[in-house]
Parts: sequence; C-alpha cells; structure tokens
Amino acid sequence: MNLAPVAGFFGPAWPVLWTLAKILVIAVPVILGVAYMTYAERKVIGWMQVRIGPNRVGPLGLLQPFADVFKLIFKEIVVPTGANRYLFFIAPMLALGPALAAWAVVPFAEGLVLADINAGLLYILAMTSIGVYGIILAGWASNSKYAFLGCLRSAAQIVSYEIAMGFALVGVLMCASSLNLSDIVRGQEGGLANWYFIPLFPLFIVYFISGVAETNRHPFDVAEGESEIVAGFHVEYSGVTFALFFLAEYMNMILIAALTAIMFLGGWLAPWPLLNSDTVLGFAPFGDGLPWLLGKMAFVLLVFLWIRATFPRYRYDQIMRLGWKVFIPVTLVWIVFVGAMMQTRFAPLFH
Amino acid sequence: MSFPTFLFYAFAAILVFAALRVVTTRNPVHAALWLVLAFFTAAAHWLMLRAEFLAIALVLVYVGAVMVLFLFVVMMLDVNFDSLRAQFRNYVPVAATVGVLVLVEMALVLLGSYLKPGSAALPAPAAGGNTRALGLLLYTDYVYAFEIAAVVLLVAIIAAIALTHRRRRETRYQDPGKQVKVRAKDRLRVLGMPAEKRDG
Repeated sequence: MNLAPVAGFFGPAWPVLWTLAKILVIAVPVILGVAYMTYAERKVIGWMQVRIGPNRVGPLGLLQPFADVFKLIFKEIVVPTGANRYLFFIAPMLALGPALAAWAVVPFAEGLVLADINAGLLYILAMTSIGVYGIILAGWASNSKYAFLGCLRSAAQIVSYEIAMGFALVGVLMCASSLNLSDIVRGQEGGLANWYFIPLFPLFIVYFISGVAETNRHPFDVAEGESEIVAGFHVEYSGVTFALFFLAEYMNMILIAALTAIMFLGGWLAPWPLLNSDTVLGFAPFGDGLPWLLGKMAFVLLVFLWIRATFPRYRYDQIMRLGWKVFIPVTLVWIVFVGAMMQTRFAPLFH
Repeated sequence: MSFPTFLFYAFAAILVFAALRVVTTRNPVHAALWLVLAFFTAAAHWLMLRAEFLAIALVLVYVGAVMVLFLFVVMMLDVNFDSLRAQFRNYVPVAATVGVLVLVEMALVLLGSYLKPGSAALPAPAAGGNTRALGLLLYTDYVYAFEIAAVVLLVAIIAAIALTHRRRRETRYQDPGKQVKVRAKDRLRVLGMPAEKRDG
C-alpha cells in the first residue's frame, strides 16, 4: 500500500502520527486480549472445577468482560483518609505504563515490530523491572497496614525472581548471540528441534515459573493473599484505579506469555519448516507468521490458568527459598554448562 | 530549533527540576521518587546521544533495582523531620565546601573539552550497536579490570551478608530434603482393628 500521499498531507507530523497509529494497532488488541483473558480465566477454571463460569451477559457470557469494565468505570473512587493523594493516583498509572511500553519491542512476525532495536532484550528487562514502582507506591500511599504489607511482600518477591529471570534470558542471548528479539527468533529457524527450549530446558522452566511469580499469580500470590492481608497492595483501590492494576497484571501475564513464546518456543516460526512450502494461491496458510505466535501465547496462558486451578498457595518463606536457593543456582550452573558445551563438538546443539 | 534540540531542552529542564526537588522536598519517599525521575531523564539524554546500552543499563540497574531497594528502606524508616531540620544549620558549612569542590572538579574536567571548537559533534555510533562494541571492549581490552570489579562486588556482597546475617535460635527452619524423604510408615502406625458387632 502506498502511503506517500497521506504522508505528504500531514507533512512533518506524519512520523509521529504513523507511530501513534502503530502503537494503537498493538495496544488495542492487547487490551482486548486482557478483557478476554479474564473471560477465559473464569471459563477455563470453571470447566476445570466442573462449573459453567460466566454465561449471563451476551451469548455464552461473551460480553461479561465489558459488563465488568462498565461496572468498574461507574464505581466511586474512594481515597482513604490520610492517603497521599497524588501518589495514590499515580501508582496505578506507574503499574500500567511499563506493562504497555514493553510491547514496543515484541516482534509479532518477520519485520512486524514497532521498534526493532538491538538492545531489545535489555529494554524488556528494564521495563519489567520498573513495573514494581506502581505496586510499592500503591501500598505506601494507601496509608493502610494491609496494603503496606502486601506491597512489601510483592516487591521483595518481584526483585528476587527478576534475578532468576534475567539469568534465564542470559542463556537465551548466549544461544542467539544477539539482544534483538527478532534475531533471537531467527536463531531458532529450522523447525521444532531448533527451538531454544530444548538446549535450555532448565532455563525455560525457570523462566516460566519466575514469570508466574513476577506477575504475582497463583501459586505465588501471597502479595494479595486473601486469607491473610485481604487483597494486598490494591486493597484500598476501587473503580477505575483498581481496573488499571487489574489491566497491568493481565497485560504482564500476556507479555510473559509472548516472551516465553519468543525466547524459547520459536516465536512466529512454524514447528515444521515444511509447512512453509505448503501453499494455497502463493500463500502458506500454516507457514511462519502471527497465528503461530498467538497460538503459542494462548498455550502458555492456558498453563498459567491451569497452574492457578491446580496448586495451593506457597508460603512466603517457601517462595523465597525457591527463588534464591533453587532457581538462581540452577540458572548459574546451566549458563556455565551452555558456555562450556559451546566450546566442544556439541556446539551446534546450542547454536 | 530542531526537534532533537527541543527534546534536549525539555529533558534537561525536567532533569534539573527533578534534581532540585530531590534536595528540597521534605518527604524522603518523595525525594526518592524525584531521584527516580532524574535517573529516567538522564537515561533519555543518553539515548539521544545514541548510548542505548548505557541508557537502558541505567534504568535497569539504578531505577529497577537500586532505587527500589532504597525506596524500601526509606518507606520503613520513621524519620523525624523536625530534628533533621534543626541539624541542618550545623551541616551547612561542610555541605557547602563539598558542593563547591564537586562543582569545581566537574568544571575542570568538562570545560576543557567544551571550550575546544568542534567538540560538540557526536561521534559516529559503533557498528552493530554499542552494546556489542562495549561488550567487545569489556571482554578483551579491559577484561582484567572488569573481572576485578566483579570480584570486588562479590566480596562486598558476601561481606555484607556475613556482617548482618545471624542465625536466630527461635527461628525454625524447614529441611525440604527431609520432608521429601518422609514416608507414611515413619509417621503413623496403622492398627488392625476388626469391626465389632453389637450382640444381637
């Protein structure tokens, strides 16, 4: 499609407008994805527990997420007495901002990425590490004991698991010898056997579980443990401010799923290269492309829900033990192992 | 004024304002947050100088890790602001001396290169991004300095833990190995008890 006449009409403002359009094309589906993730979560867990799940609003309950959104929008926002007003309102935005910004470097298909930067992996690590500010500030600004305890737990947990997560990604960048996410996917070309989850299997497991812990999901959700501290850091939030935290949490979940798919499961690549030569009218319906990435993300997200419906909550000291005494040593050993294997004749296995 | 120049002045204004607020605000949590903003804006400046690795490392290390822990500590401290302000006057001479010294030192270093003509031009970005260029330098030419820095940090971590860690007697620990090894017959004994019927 030739966009030159349109670009000429807008003149110097065109690059900004074009980038904004691209941001919307990414952000709107992600937000819709969040909406239907909540629906999927309730339905899937319902089926796992032999219930029906939401089925009242719209056919099959498909309009339930919108009903929830409207409910939250029209609710009153209550600011607790003695709360720090500015920080109380800034905190949800600080939680949501990084969750959205990280999507800038996620490649959806060959060449289909907002910002194809060389330090993409570092950017992702930086963005996910500043999401914790929203949680800390929410807990502190609420002027509530429960919220404060929740935020301390959550921040300690996120900081701990970030280390294991970062080390797991070090393994990926050793294999791909690049920090560019598109290059990491291209490094896994050649079918299922070349995807990084095989040579980096321990790191894959560590990354995924750390991802669950990073997003404060079950079974690592002591930050909002209902039986102990009610709802943790967002106990004082209502209406739209609560909705923003909710949005950020689910967006982070989808982001972790996308990153797991890109780093370890071959991103947009089809599991068998043969599928690319199977064309209909010059177009390979099952070849490399966005549907494969979405499929892999859906699978990872399903595992998130599956875990939630299956396991009981960890105790706080057990979470810390798992992060510091199990995951970090495992990743360190495996990084050294991968580095050593790269010097032997088995190097092609590790690319 | 070109767009990059405009961005430079915008970021510079935010940076200076945030840095001023760090030292003028009364609430220590607010001060820490202003410092976060200052770091972030400094990272934006570095990005504009095409030093993307340094910029992202600044956000990742300082904003994402150091300041989070800092905020953690500051939030839990119960600072008495009145006593702090009372001592302010006593510290002014020392602080002013140190401040002036730092200013003079920085001026000596920076003015030399600024006053040379043509020094304002940006050097061309390294081929393949400066992450790769920095990595090559760090692991070849400066490998010993780099490794020594790493070892010094490691020693510091171990020293900090050794100094502060103490095993409290009343704390009970789990040994997961023992827990996994437990079998039902170690813990409970099943007695055979034939059912008794009431005499009819």
